[in-house]
Amino acid sequence: MAGYLIRRLWQSIVLLIIVSMIGFGVLHLTPGGPLSQYALTPGMTQDAMDRISEQMGLNRPLPIQYLDWAWRMLQGDWGTSYRDQQPVLTVIGRHLFATMLLMVSSTVISIALGTWIGIRGATHRYSTFDYAATVGAMIALSIPTFWFGLVGIYIFSLELGWLPAGNMYTIGDGSVLDYLHHLILPSIVLALVNIAIWSRYMRTATLDVINQDFVKTARAKGVSERRVLMKHVVGNALLPMITLAGMQLPNLLSGALVTETVFTWPGMGRLFLDSLGYNDYPVVMGLLMFSAVLVILGNLIADIVAASIDPRIRLA
Amino acid sequence: MTTQVESTKLTADTVLSVRNLTVDLPKGMERAFAVRDISFDLPRGEILCVIGESGSGKSVTANAMMGLLPPLIRVSSGEILFQGQDLLKLDEPALRKLRGRVVSMIFQDPLSALNPLMTVGEQVVEVMAAHDEGTPKSRQARALELLTEVGLPDPALMLHQYPFRLSGGQRQRVMIAMALALEPDILIADEPTTALDVTTQAQILDLIQQIQRKKGMTVLFITHDFGVVAEIADRVIVMEKGLIVEQGVADTVFGAPQHPYTERLIAAVPKLRQDDRAARSKDNDPQDAPVLTVEKLNLIYRSGGGWFKKLREVKAVQDASFTLHRGRTLGVVGESGSGKTSLGRLLIKLLESESGQIIYQGKDIAPMKESDFRPLRPKIQMIFQDPFASLNPRSTIGHIITVGPIAQGMKKADARTKALRILEKVGLDAGAYARYPHEFSGGQRQRVGIARALMFDPDVLVADEAVSALDVSIQAQILQLLDEIQRETQVAMFFITHDLRVASQICDELLVMQNGRIVEHGPPSQIFHAPKDAYTKELVAAIPGSDHALQKV
Repeated sequence: MAGYLIRRLWQSIVLLIIVSMIGFGVLHLTPGGPLSQYALTPGMTQDAMDRISEQMGLNRPLPIQYLDWAWRMLQGDWGTSYRDQQPVLTVIGRHLFATMLLMVSSTVISIALGTWIGIRGATHRYSTFDYAATVGAMIALSIPTFWFGLVGIYIFSLELGWLPAGNMYTIGDGSVLDYLHHLILPSIVLALVNIAIWSRYMRTATLDVINQDFVKTARAKGVSERRVLMKHVVGNALLPMITLAGMQLPNLLSGALVTETVFTWPGMGRLFLDSLGYNDYPVVMGLLMFSAVLVILGNLIADIVAASIDPRIRLA
Repeated sequence: MTTQVESTKLTADTVLSVRNLTVDLPKGMERAFAVRDISFDLPRGEILCVIGESGSGKSVTANAMMGLLPPLIRVSSGEILFQGQDLLKLDEPALRKLRGRVVSMIFQDPLSALNPLMTVGEQVVEVMAAHDEGTPKSRQARALELLTEVGLPDPALMLHQYPFRLSGGQRQRVMIAMALALEPDILIADEPTTALDVTTQAQILDLIQQIQRKKGMTVLFITHDFGVVAEIADRVIVMEKGLIVEQGVADTVFGAPQHPYTERLIAAVPKLRQDDRAARSKDNDPQDAPVLTVEKLNLIYRSGGGWFKKLREVKAVQDASFTLHRGRTLGVVGESGSGKTSLGRLLIKLLESESGQIIYQGKDIAPMKESDFRPLRPKIQMIFQDPFASLNPRSTIGHIITVGPIAQGMKKADARTKALRILEKVGLDAGAYARYPHEFSGGQRQRVGIARALMFDPDVLVADEAVSALDVSIQAQILQLLDEIQRETQVAMFFITHDLRVASQICDELLVMQNGRIVEHGPPSQIFHAPKDAYTKELVAAIPGSDHALQKV
């Protein structure tokens, strides 16, 4: 296990280096650049522009800029945002809570509902419920997230007035209930696609297990149907799902990008879009590295959890 | 039939009786019922064997008794009487109380019958917990006792092992321990030894018989193997296509079978031949130059071996030397893991050997690169074990058997003509050419597999457990077909099997393998009647029904 972890760590480091190089390179290929925002300032001269460029280190060759950035980052200095002149880590930290809140709540909803729908679809195969779940999943998968977001806002905010149309809290309130009230719509919209994916996979995984001999053995032992399902069927069906959950993490991040924009949620997704618009390289790079680490961590944790549950992986 | 049932009732104390049971199959199956109007009694303290080929309805009968039929299959009439109540009328909670406590069941495939995520101990304890028997502590103690009773090595350690660490035979012992936990009246064993090696099968049969005698338990034993029946049965029920065609005391059924189907089943059981095959066909001289010579062939499997793992080596084949001759069959017998399949794969170069020579047409093919060997590949062909998995379901039979020759440069029209001729030779009609594999039975598919191999006019045919997946009567037909083909084409055959009776039918010479080594080599008469090696003796002794009248034909 220890050897395996060290091997994985090496792979992750190499992966992170490659991701950062590609990200850095592509970012600097985009037209405009961080200087373009100064160009329109009244009274700006070419001389002043060159000075700013030198101050920001943008006049050096790209590989040098990259190495400088990478070296500082390793020391914990992720750079300073061009836009609001604050350290990148501070800027990300400010938006991290909002995104995590949204991601965690939508993950809980999608895994709980998806698992339940999947298992029920498998145990009641070809029932009305199963068909409804299949059709529902197809709809959720084929319609883009922002559309659901807009329709949700139209129905529940504008027409019914039950839920707020955006933001994370009401200014001047900020109680837990107020946060939850704001959370309902975006987390459900973000969860929809994942419920669809998760329930389809869960249904297949359950069907794979439900006809296995050991399930029949459990029944023949006189074990109650409830325990047969929970202990023997679901326990085994969840194994492949753990790996899937690890792979779903990046989807959730990109889904959050759209959802946060629709609901004006002050999270990392919106920070990313805004920073791109300003050519705020340090923040964009910071976010890129942050999500790369998150994806790698997600997969690593999934593998470790799978190994801890499945003795065949753990002990072999 | 009815009269026989009545008489059973008079002579033995009946634990359970099945009366006029009919179980329907869903529409669109090959027949409307799984079993029809079957009646029999389970006499207390005896072993009742239900024998029949696949699709005869024997497993359905057992599952109906446990209330474990899949939802699509329903009992339409009849009753299963146990202690004065009809099991078919009980609701699920009442049935659940009986399962594991009064009636226990063990299954065919021990590899998939245990939950991979629970330790052996947890699974044994679960039976007692499900029936609220004892305390957690007493259950643990009882589990240890049971594992000891079924003869598992180091039972205290075994409690904490996960199933994947156990061999097939050990897992079947765990299944038996679970089934015995609450001392049930009835044990239903659904082909419990079919997936096991001969020696392991003999041990498990012995264990079941021992326990049955000690506890006075009643056993319903389902099997397709008359050898097994001969070994343990007190009474026999013969089933064909959902009907009981004959039932009675074991010796009577063997000695004087009443129904032609029973006769056919008994006749189809492969028997240990007393005479050698060479004596039957004199047209081959074993002194001929060999088609293929194997010298000191070795194969080593390596696993692990990373930065932090120790390299593990398994010697799958060690110093194998033998020759294959025109028109003769060399058999390889041994338990699973003995290296016989690896050896077969080395011959057709699906595996690369570690060292040693395979001399074919004067050249050593062992070290050849795939590109150099490719022109020779058609001449060394293989027949696979599983006729269901070895044919591509999306290809027609015609495509399956001509694709190889066409890839080797045969003209399409020629390939088709030859294919039609060979299909006829293996006993299929020309219409098969355009049909798909799912339209054929297992035996027919195996004929397609043989036709595919014959398309190349091979010099060597490697048959890996080619008849193991087939029912006995089909098995006999395929063996006969292989025999005819060999006489006609003089192909040299390398026949891999775990069934010594089958080996004695078709082989001129035998290799006995154990742990990758050839421990004995000789004609069947020597191997079976004067075995020299201790392991060979053990194998021969383990043949089911070997000491019974069944073999003395």
